Amino acid sequence: MIHSLFLINSSGDIFLEKHWKSVVSRSVCDYFFEAQERATEAENVPPVIPTPHHYLLSVYRHKIFFVAVIQTEVPPLFVIEFLHRVVDTFQDYFGYSNIVSGSTNVGDQLPTGQLSVVPWRRTGVKYTNNEAYFDVIEEIDAIIDKSGSTITAEIQGVIDACVKLTGMPDLTLSFMNPRLLDDVSFHPCVRFKRWESERILSFIPPDGNFRLLSYHVSAQNLVAIPVYVKHNISFRDSSSLGRFEITVGPKQTMGKTIEGVIVTSQMPKGVLNMSLTPSQGTHTFDPVTKMLSWDIGKINPQKLPSLKGTMSLQAGASKPDENPTINLQFKIQQLAISGLKVNRLDMYGEKYKPFKGIKYMTKAGKFQVRT
Amino acid sequence: MSAAPAYSEDKGGSAGPGEPEYGHDPASGGIFSSDYKRHDDLKEMLDTNKDSLKLEAMKRIVAMIARGKNASDLFPAVVKNVACKNIEDPNQLIRASALRVLSSIRVPIIVPIMMLAIKEAASDMSPYVRKTAAHAIPKLYSLDSDQKDQLIEVIEKLLADKTTLVAGSVVMAFEEVCPERIDLIHKNYRKLCNLLIDVEEWGQVVIISMLTRYARTQFLSPTQNESLLEENPEKAFYGSEEDEAKGAGSEEAAATTLPARKPYVMDPDHRLLLRNTKPLLQSRSAAVVMAVAQLYFHLAPKAEVGVIAKALVRLLRSHSEVQYVVLQNVATMSIKRRGMFEPYLKSFYIRSTDPTQIKILKLEVLTNLANETNIPTVLREFQTYIRSMDKDFVAATIQAIGRCATNIGRVRDTCLNGLVQLLSNRDELVVAESVVVIKKLLQMQPAQHGEIIKHLAKLTDNIQVPMARASILWLIGEYCEHVPRIAPDVLRKMAKSFTAEEDIVKLQVINLAAKLYLTNSKQTKLLTQYVLSLAKYDQNYDIRDRARFTRQLIVPSEQGGALSRHAKKLFLAPKPAPVLESSFKDRDHFQLGSLSHLLNAKATGYQELPDWPEEAPDPSVRNVEVPEWTKCSNREKRKEKEKPFYSDSEGESGPTESADSDPETESESDSKSSSESGSGESSSESDNEDQDEDEEKGRGSESEQSEEEGEKRKMKKKKVPEGQGEGSSSDEGSDSSSSSSESEMTSESEEEQVEPASWRKKTPPSGKSASAAKEVSLLDLEDFTTPSVQPVSSPTVVSTSLAADLEGLTLTDASLVPSLLSPVSGVGRQELLHRVAGEGLAVDYAFSRQPFSGDPHMVSVHIYFSNSSDASIKGLHVGTPKLPAGISIQEFPEIESLAPGESATAVMGINFCDSTQAANFQLCTQTRQFYVSIQPPVGELMAPVFMSENEFKKEQGKLMGMNEITEKLTLPDTCRSDHIVVQKVTATANLGRVPCGTSDEYRFAGRTLTSGSLVLLTLDARPAGTAQLTVNSEKMVIGTMLVKDVIQALTQ
Repeated sequence: MIHSLFLINSSGDIFLEKHWKSVVSRSVCDYFFEAQERATEAENVPPVIPTPHHYLLSVYRHKIFFVAVIQTEVPPLFVIEFLHRVVDTFQDYFGYSNIVSGSTNVGDQLPTGQLSVVPWRRTGVKYTNNEAYFDVIEEIDAIIDKSGSTITAEIQGVIDACVKLTGMPDLTLSFMNPRLLDDVSFHPCVRFKRWESERILSFIPPDGNFRLLSYHVSAQNLVAIPVYVKHNISFRDSSSLGRFEITVGPKQTMGKTIEGVIVTSQMPKGVLNMSLTPSQGTHTFDPVTKMLSWDIGKINPQKLPSLKGTMSLQAGASKPDENPTINLQFKIQQLAISGLKVNRLDMYGEKYKPFKGIKYMTKAGKFQVRT
Repeated sequence: MSAAPAYSEDKGGSAGPGEPEYGHDPASGGIFSSDYKRHDDLKEMLDTNKDSLKLEAMKRIVAMIARGKNASDLFPAVVKNVACKNIEDPNQLIRASALRVLSSIRVPIIVPIMMLAIKEAASDMSPYVRKTAAHAIPKLYSLDSDQKDQLIEVIEKLLADKTTLVAGSVVMAFEEVCPERIDLIHKNYRKLCNLLIDVEEWGQVVIISMLTRYARTQFLSPTQNESLLEENPEKAFYGSEEDEAKGAGSEEAAATTLPARKPYVMDPDHRLLLRNTKPLLQSRSAAVVMAVAQLYFHLAPKAEVGVIAKALVRLLRSHSEVQYVVLQNVATMSIKRRGMFEPYLKSFYIRSTDPTQIKILKLEVLTNLANETNIPTVLREFQTYIRSMDKDFVAATIQAIGRCATNIGRVRDTCLNGLVQLLSNRDELVVAESVVVIKKLLQMQPAQHGEIIKHLAKLTDNIQVPMARASILWLIGEYCEHVPRIAPDVLRKMAKSFTAEEDIVKLQVINLAAKLYLTNSKQTKLLTQYVLSLAKYDQNYDIRDRARFTRQLIVPSEQGGALSRHAKKLFLAPKPAPVLESSFKDRDHFQLGSLSHLLNAKATGYQELPDWPEEAPDPSVRNVEVPEWTKCSNREKRKEKEKPFYSDSEGESGPTESADSDPETESESDSKSSSESGSGESSSESDNEDQDEDEEKGRGSESEQSEEEGEKRKMKKKKVPEGQGEGSSSDEGSDSSSSSSESEMTSESEEEQVEPASWRKKTPPSGKSASAAKEVSLLDLEDFTTPSVQPVSSPTVVSTSLAADLEGLTLTDASLVPSLLSPVSGVGRQELLHRVAGEGLAVDYAFSRQPFSGDPHMVSVHIYFSNSSDASIKGLHVGTPKLPAGISIQEFPEIESLAPGESATAVMGINFCDSTQAANFQLCTQTRQFYVSIQPPVGELMAPVFMSENEFKKEQGKLMGMNEITEKLTLPDTCRSDHIVVQKVTATANLGRVPCGTSDEYRFAGRTLTSGSLVLLTLDARPAGTAQLTVNSEKMVIGTMLVKDVIQALTQ
């Protein structure tokens, strides 16, 4: 299995290493650096790199490479999944930003009740306020083509839970329309057969935050696309100026407001600079990475936000082959775009009455508009 | 001490104070003899029983270290005292930590101590400590591989462990230490399969991977009948649909289509593995999903592999590293099983934000999935990709277009035109890649493409990428006859720039020159000589060699010439077109999901995935003795508590069982057995007893055998699980009924077997239903109603021990058994041939309600022969039957001889085609023929179906109107208790009880054997004795008759 682990930051320093068997020299990471150089971008570093005596399996998260050194055959996903879980755990302890430095949330006492009959829940949990919150979060992945028609669109959802309940509660969560869920994956606490036979989520929850369920909404249902983007981006062969104009507007929003809208776009290399005026929000253009980002905020249907202006192009260079694709982020509160609705949540096995809450949210996943 | 860091960290909080820093002693090396002596007495002090002496010794050692003396040879003695002491701590966490510390000290001298500690921990009370012991095994093994034999013993012991906590860890140890000892798995195979869902995620991956290998050595290939198709991938793909159509009865269908082969029958253990891993496709862990996917890919029949596609596509939403690995595997799978991923084509569409390596893999998959129907959409996608800013990706896209063009003839011209348009692209890389691909495409059909070649020839002026230039030159040379005027001109230009060209281009210039010289020597003789002269003095020896070689061949010299006569043949021989194929082709000889597969190279420690065996090894090796119940009860109790809670759903029979019972307490299993099995038991109990009796009578002459059986039965009763025992006294009845109704079946299958002689054989009904219980909840009903496609000889044995396994595992299962146990012979034995009419041969028959092995549509009929004449009857068999349309008979094997006074039984199957028409046939002996007929009561034409209340209601909703028959009746006083009602109904019709929320309602469900139409029966009993009987069935005739029969039974 994993022989050693190296943590490498974005500037290429090995800032932490851990060896489980014998010490493997740091020089093994040179192979990794080589691959990193070849890949130019961090995300293009192959997750599996063979070296003469070892195999390097890595994951990249929070701008840190977690490089595991392996000596013998092992399913690569086994290691990759493990490393991701390690990072998740770090995240739980140290928070998102604090992995490298800062305070820890490590307690002074050893945890107790670990050898519980239910492996994912410790025994003897006690709360004065018993509460169970569920967030139904759906993400729309879509590719929209030039003319505004949908090439692919699908909805992926998760139900994240924050459960703080005393004792060993046994919960059941049922949906009004469970048939919507086409493909599901569960936290190990969910009783699979109950789901198979009755489409009910029945489980003894872990204590605290966890992801109860991820699901995919069946492909037969047409996906409502809540926003549209009107764009007019043109380069001319002779001129050193290009026109740029985009407008974002709401489409099928079920009467809700669209918030947190951010438009990003990777401009072609030939673009030197952009001079743009937004009708709303703020925008930035990084001339080095050629990344345009426009933070819109809320969309007011009466006054659609737009971004207009010109691009200055490299003189003499021919016009780029491809127009940039536009990536969209947005959020819609209190709406699950698939129409999924939780019917009820019941608790068995404990006497008290818990406080229950369910929140819905729709977000853009990988939402892309080709221009 | 290289292990120092690991060691000192592991030591962490658990180890005692003053525990060894010895290993680090910086001053090691200065050895004085006096030190040795002193060490000896220190060792002695440490070995004594007195704590004070030990303490003193430790103090002195610490002092030594403080002064920088080497005390490392005292290390084992200290470890023994400190760590080993903790190994006996009453707290299991501390015991486990102590063992972990001990096993993390990688110093050879402590090997014996470690070995002892592991052995001890392996039989610890606490499963957590046993798990830690399993973890320590690979560590010790890597420290000293000579311990292998001893470690294998420990592994063997731990493999037998029944807790989920240990299973994953011990299999890991097995994989590291002795993966070749597959024999250790046999006895634990079924247990591992059944525990799997409750094992923690990491353990699941390891177990699944190991079981994949195991299955490859122990079972037969489920695709052996399809292998003919597989040889031709194209055909296989189209064939797969028809395979899918075969679906449910694939075995059966395969058997009929290929009569020459022995029909393939899947080993029940093989099926067990597939069934128990399937739910894990829903795991949140990508590693587990991948493990199951590869298991299905390598082990499942073709029609079933499809289920993994959806789960794999889901993983594409995960982190990019996960995507990378999954896509690699999908790419390999999509070559072999294209149909599987086709519905998910759009999930592989590429986003501009994907990392390049992901883009390229997706492209690979898209190319593999492209076919005649979806190629327009795929090409349209590709068109967008070509305009991407990511040039590596564009190049890969062009390659992909080339591959689509070669694979799909219809779009070849479209692709070619598209590629030609790309030739005017501004990006040179794009052009170059296009040229290379065009070259390959043109090679397939050069004649029609003179124009394109001309176009390419013009490009030589502009394009600089060597590979592209070389490709163009090769094309012109190869097809110079199609461009007779341009070719010499190209050569002229190339000759001019020859010295400045790259090596591959130079080689192609020589090539072109040679070909032109051979076809058009008038125009090109001088040019060729010029080029060859330039090449002769080139810096590169390859080019000089080539020039010399070419010159000898094409320019006839004085002495040579033997070859030059054939020069034209050599240079202008028709060359086969290149095959553009995926780099993932044939990668599946590596186990999917493995590191080796990903790298396409064998990694260290990779275990080859064996080929399927030609002949199945003996399946009985997996049979397990049922554990002695008394000895086990203690353990079981603990297990019940430990039982992680998934498994409670394992025993879940009817969904009405509410989740409000806390699964970890015993209350659930209690409530279940009282509510459900209660009814089931009572149904089986009553008429069995009388039936039993009369069987006993009827069989009179077989008394010897039945006595034996009686004994066996008694033995078995002892083993009846508590869950059942405590519930009701009636279980005895049901128990014996199962064994008695089974005894006939086994008795004649016994004849084929080598007397397996164990009571285990007598339990099949419970075995079947227990395994069925699992089946039902996991798979669909089809599986349950047709479990009969099994080999005639082995199934009883196998399923028996399967049951035994299950009994050992969960109590809930045991309590389930009676409720599912349908075989209550509704109608007792009936006469088929009277003793007098048969001239001494008396024949009776009974409907056994067992599924008929061989054909699930047949009703199995037990025939009892007895010879009351004084001569032996020979050659008993079924003569040519005269049957109404649709009805068919599976004859029983000929009974060679029946001695006077002896009796025999046989089973035959009759497909009544869902009608109550009589099956007429002849019963022949060597001398006589008797005309007999069997007419089934309508209730025997069906088999019970297991469904939940909700399903029942749903199905009932579909069968309204014409399909519903309702009658009112009054129940006599004698027939008001649950118990009797249920018993009467199930005696009349072979239906299964459906759990029901209200107390006055009874529901039963079944399917007709031939058409598989549902038969749903509801009895709504009102307090005053009035009742309403409703039957819902598509088969209205059957429904009507059933209503009549049931009312008769109830009101009598």
